[in-house]
Amino acid sequence: MLQIKLCGISLKNPTILASGILGVTKESVHRIGKSGAGAVTLKSLCHEERDGFSNPAMFGYDGVFLNAVGLPGQGIDSAIKDFGRLDNLSVPVIGSIYGYRVEQFGQVAKKMASLKPAMIEVDVSCPHMDYGKPYYADPELTAKVTGAVKANAGRIPVSIKLSPNVYDIKEIAHSAEKSGADAITAINAASGMVIDISARKPILANKIGGVTGPALKPIAVRCVYEIYETVKIPIIGTGGVTYGKDAIEMVMAGATAVGIGTGIYYRGISVFKKVCDEMMQWMKKNKVKSLNEIRGCAHK
Amino acid sequence: MPNNEIKKTDIPQVLEISDVVGEGKEQKSFFFKQSLQCRPGQFIMVWIPGLDEKPMAVSYWSRNEFAFTSKAIGKFTNALEKLKKGDKVGIRGPYGSSFSIKSNACVVGGGVGMASVSTLIDVLKNPIVINGARSKEYLIYLDRFKSKKMIVATDDGSFGRKGFVTQVLNGVLTENKKIKMVYTCGQEIMMKKVLGVCNRHNVECEASLERYMACGFGICGKCMINDKLCCVDGPIFNSKQLMSMPDFGNFAMLKSGRKVTIEEYHKIH
Ligand SMILES: Cc1cc2nc3c(=O)[nH]c(=O)nc-3n(C[C@H](O)[C@H](O)[C@H](O)COP(=O)(O)OP(=O)(O)OC[C@H]3O[C@@H](n4cnc5c(N)ncnc54)[C@H](O)[C@@H]3O)c2cc1C
Ligand SMILES: Cc1cc2nc3c(=O)[nH]c(=O)nc-3n(C[C@H](O)[C@H](O)[C@H](O)COP(=O)(O)O)c2cc1C
Repeated sequence: MLQIKLCGISLKNPTILASGILGVTKESVHRIGKSGAGAVTLKSLCHEERDGFSNPAMFGYDGVFLNAVGLPGQGIDSAIKDFGRLDNLSVPVIGSIYGYRVEQFGQVAKKMASLKPAMIEVDVSCPHMDYGKPYYADPELTAKVTGAVKANAGRIPVSIKLSPNVYDIKEIAHSAEKSGADAITAINAASGMVIDISARKPILANKIGGVTGPALKPIAVRCVYEIYETVKIPIIGTGGVTYGKDAIEMVMAGATAVGIGTGIYYRGISVFKKVCDEMMQWMKKNKVKSLNEIRGCAHK
Repeated sequence: MPNNEIKKTDIPQVLEISDVVGEGKEQKSFFFKQSLQCRPGQFIMVWIPGLDEKPMAVSYWSRNEFAFTSKAIGKFTNALEKLKKGDKVGIRGPYGSSFSIKSNACVVGGGVGMASVSTLIDVLKNPIVINGARSKEYLIYLDRFKSKKMIVATDDGSFGRKGFVTQVLNGVLTENKKIKMVYTCGQEIMMKKVLGVCNRHNVECEASLERYMACGFGICGKCMINDKLCCVDGPIFNSKQLMSMPDFGNFAMLKSGRKVTIEEYHKIH
């Protein structure tokens, strides 16, 4: 009932672990797979080892979740040793990558491709070294990165992960598609800050971070809706999916699959199974046999 | 379908330190007049605004008060050491699993590891406590637990018995067949040996483990020990779990997520 095809990959259900939440080791991939996710995205990796920012790096309250982890990671070379390969795990794995410079995106993509992930996702949130602007913030930069990754990914499908922190997400999505992207992941966290009025300081060590979880959902649904109107490639709708009804809403906006990250915070690792069960309940009740029937229906 | 929603709050609450008590060399307890729903073995995240946020076990607990005991070993804990009554820190939690509470128990604490088992000792019925440290000046809670059956040991023999707590434990378990459970916290190498002693004597064991932590609530994945999350599945693990974790006593992940030997993990930070 929930089975989908995403860029030719069969997923038993549309829920995908979003990048950066767990997904750091082989054992965590297995554990998330066992808990019911249709696919698992690894924590973003780049060409070098990074510690990330100090703590507090994340916190949550009332449906709002903030994080500024600073892209910590063991680096792609160490990950290659750690994982060996990604095509023989219990669940399809999406390798998330990034670099500081355009060439590095290509180099990391090539190394990631050697692990044979089901898909490569490109986190374009870090600033371009020469323009000081994030790659997601400019259609030309997005095109360059997409091109560099595609040139090195072989036959592995590539999804470009977009940020809501832009004036017009449609033109960015369009640019990614034109440069060869096979899918769009939307969205990454929305920029935000919380100040503790007792301490008179921002709580996050990095001061500014990203808002995720339920607070992000309306923004994510809007982005997926706009992107669906702009491109033909499939969308992994991500942002605030916590309950089955949120996933249904994403599909109605046009998503083929749904990413779930912060949902784990609210409902535990079993969130994938819970969301799937709730989706099926809703579908039965509303006599919907397959997600294809409702995909993008909000546009009609 | 459930409708809204699950309420969860994990944001530091800024509290005033109500008292600071010196416990042993480089070790101090920080008290807060605030009630905290907490079970023995759980930990909190302590935030020094503008500096960092780190995990600390709840080491004193009563209805309207709690404390943690910190040992100064690096940047954050040295900054804590300088804090005084009236200074403010942020607290969130408590987090993690807790010790089961069984009678006929022996509690083995090494150094500041005593902090993680201290509220357990408070609630256990007649436990045997083995309190060990490198040397006399590092021992903590000697006064606090003087009414308990406590065996003190130091590596250099400067106080109590000379030797490791594992040797003392071996003696205790050999003499006292009634003991059914051993609770422990200290250096991981020590805990691994404690588990070995327990296994030889066929006694259950629960240990409080440490890994680098950022969120404390099972999201970031930094504290994974094999497929377990130290912050939510632990920090308290039982014999069966410990024996199914090849990383226990051997490997830990650095802040970056790269896995290294336990020795390197403690050296690098
Ligand atoms: C569940 C748990 C309970 C703890 N309870 C206590 C306690 O009651 N009393 C006490 O003195 N210490 C406790 N610790 C250890 C304490 O968190 C570290 O000593 C402290 O973070 C050191 O920070 P630093 O900046 O002073 O030292 P650093 O020089 O930064 O680090 C020294 C060592 O501390 C550990 N460490 C550093 N940062 C972290 C982190 N974010 N999370 C976990 N470990 C870290 C690493 O082993 C590192 O090698 C506990 C740790 C955990 C995981
Ligand atoms: C702690 C944390 C770390 C994240 N790290 C990454 C990352 O490394 N790469 C990435 O592309 N997105 C990262 N994200 C963004 C998520 O993948 C996702 O896009 C976002 O959280 C919105 O989805 P959610 O509301 O389901 O969490 C991170 C999010 C969180 C909360």
